[in-house]
Amino acid sequence: MSDAGNKINKTTQKFGLIIIFTMLGFGLAIVANIIFPQVAEDVSLEKYAVLGLNLNINDAYRIVLAGIISIYGLLGVYAYVKPERRDQYIKQAKFRFVMGLALALWDLLGTKLEVLPQPFFPGPAGIIRAFLMESDFIWQNTLYSLRLFTAGFLAGVVFGIGTGILIGWFPKVYYWVAPILNITGIIPAVAWMPFALTLFPTPFSAAVFLMVICVWFPVASLTASGVQSTPKAQFEVARTLGGNELYLLFHVAVPHAMPQIFTGINTASAFAFTTLVMAEMMGQPGGLGYYINASKVWSAYYKVFAAIIVMAILFSLITRIVKLIESRALRWQRGLLKNE
Amino acid sequence: MSDDIILEINDVSRRYSDEESTVDALNHVSLSVKKGEFVSIIGASGCGKTTLLRLIAGLDTPQEGELLLNGERITGPDPSRGYVFQQSGLFQWLTVEQNIASGLKARHVFKENKARIPEYISMIGLEGFEKSYPHQISGGMAQRVAIARALINNPKLLLLDEPMGALDSFTRADLQDKLLELRKENDATMILVTHDVDEAIYLSDRIVIMTPRPGKISEIMEVKFPHPRHRGGAEFLEARRNILEKFHMAAANPEPEYTI
Repeated sequence: MSDAGNKINKTTQKFGLIIIFTMLGFGLAIVANIIFPQVAEDVSLEKYAVLGLNLNINDAYRIVLAGIISIYGLLGVYAYVKPERRDQYIKQAKFRFVMGLALALWDLLGTKLEVLPQPFFPGPAGIIRAFLMESDFIWQNTLYSLRLFTAGFLAGVVFGIGTGILIGWFPKVYYWVAPILNITGIIPAVAWMPFALTLFPTPFSAAVFLMVICVWFPVASLTASGVQSTPKAQFEVARTLGGNELYLLFHVAVPHAMPQIFTGINTASAFAFTTLVMAEMMGQPGGLGYYINASKVWSAYYKVFAAIIVMAILFSLITRIVKLIESRALRWQRGLLKNE
Repeated sequence: MSDDIILEINDVSRRYSDEESTVDALNHVSLSVKKGEFVSIIGASGCGKTTLLRLIAGLDTPQEGELLLNGERITGPDPSRGYVFQQSGLFQWLTVEQNIASGLKARHVFKENKARIPEYISMIGLEGFEKSYPHQISGGMAQRVAIARALINNPKLLLLDEPMGALDSFTRADLQDKLLELRKENDATMILVTHDVDEAIYLSDRIVIMTPRPGKISEIMEVKFPHPRHRGGAEFLEARRNILEKFHMAAANPEPEYTI
């Protein structure tokens, strides 16, 4: 018994060390930022009033690092309590440690020494300046992007599934609509931009139109192929059970097509991110793409980086949500496929 | 015709043709089935036994002749003729419970019959598997679910298309006993297509032997001794010898497809 107890003690002890190791990289980044002198002279250490505090870029950078450290610390404690989470945490430890060191190195080269070509490659603290200066404006543009994405993406998915079902189910619709879908589908949606901007009353509705087009194609064609590939035997089963045409369509063909519909939605979301940013860069009064364009004109590349970071967070959140809905809708597949 | 005839097959022919050839899948076949009867159809592959079953189900239509259920002409599939397919044909995206319910939902009578589902789950002995998906249960269990799904529609006729063909011999014997039980409980008429002579003897009141090219009925044999039938018993072996003899005499093809 004491042997087993010892073993558990040792592994929990070791896990404690791994939590510290995970946080250590970012800790070193804070230390490097504090003790390394500011060699390059044209970096502004002007203070900004944020949330009642007066912060310069280095203060804000250290607060962000401290935030990262506490998040990984909490995740570590959570994994400590839930042993089934530990393997994942241990696996990430090395990467997180090196990420901290990389930030430290980037900080020295980008901000402290300015060895990297300026103003194209600011240090991490330099990028944070964008958030100190105009977090409200960034937030407004983020919301604009989110609104545009939600409207265009949802409308495109609904419209795509609708046409996909019609194309897949009715041979006549297939005959007349499939060629149009195949030709318009391969054209990048932003190519319609000039028309969209003149035909639609507002830039927002024009952009929604472009998003709908780019989402429509992959969702419609994969929905159609999913419906068409339903085995005849499944329809025969449904008919002997007393199902009518509507039942065959909505209770056999559509559920059978569901995995392919989600493949279409996943592909579409990647297209939609591209279309969203391009549409915003070309003719929107707001959005992260607009923010990038507006910042570029003033050579404020640190703001471009800030917008890119927000996009990374926003788009990966959206991708997560789509994946979550997918795994709920397709939970009958769990254990049926290779990777789950 | 007497009153207790449920199914009449009158001089039915079905040909399949493509550019090169025509196959006489069924050639002038006639058969009557009594209410509550268990009829097995056996024969070599290509003898038209599955074609005949599909005609009864209404999944296919004959070029000549007619099929009558209770005197009414069969024109298409109907839940009053339940069909259990070779592969269970369960809907992969529905749980065991939902698959059984799908028969009710297809007929829009789910709400008033919802309470009967647990009864059918316990009838097929799948308590505890209500929330399992088809890929999580064994082949034998899946076939039992398919049978329950057909039975919950209260069919007058249950059509079984080699439902035990893909199962191992233990599971098969188990499911055969289950079928006899279900037959007693549901008072259903059953028609089974099989290539297993023993299975036919074990289950049936009558065995229809079919031969191919062109597909037709060559012999109808009654099995009279009572249930439970012992597979090693003298009567059983006698019946089996009879069938195999008739097979050899009747078969244009000297190598009938059967398993013992």
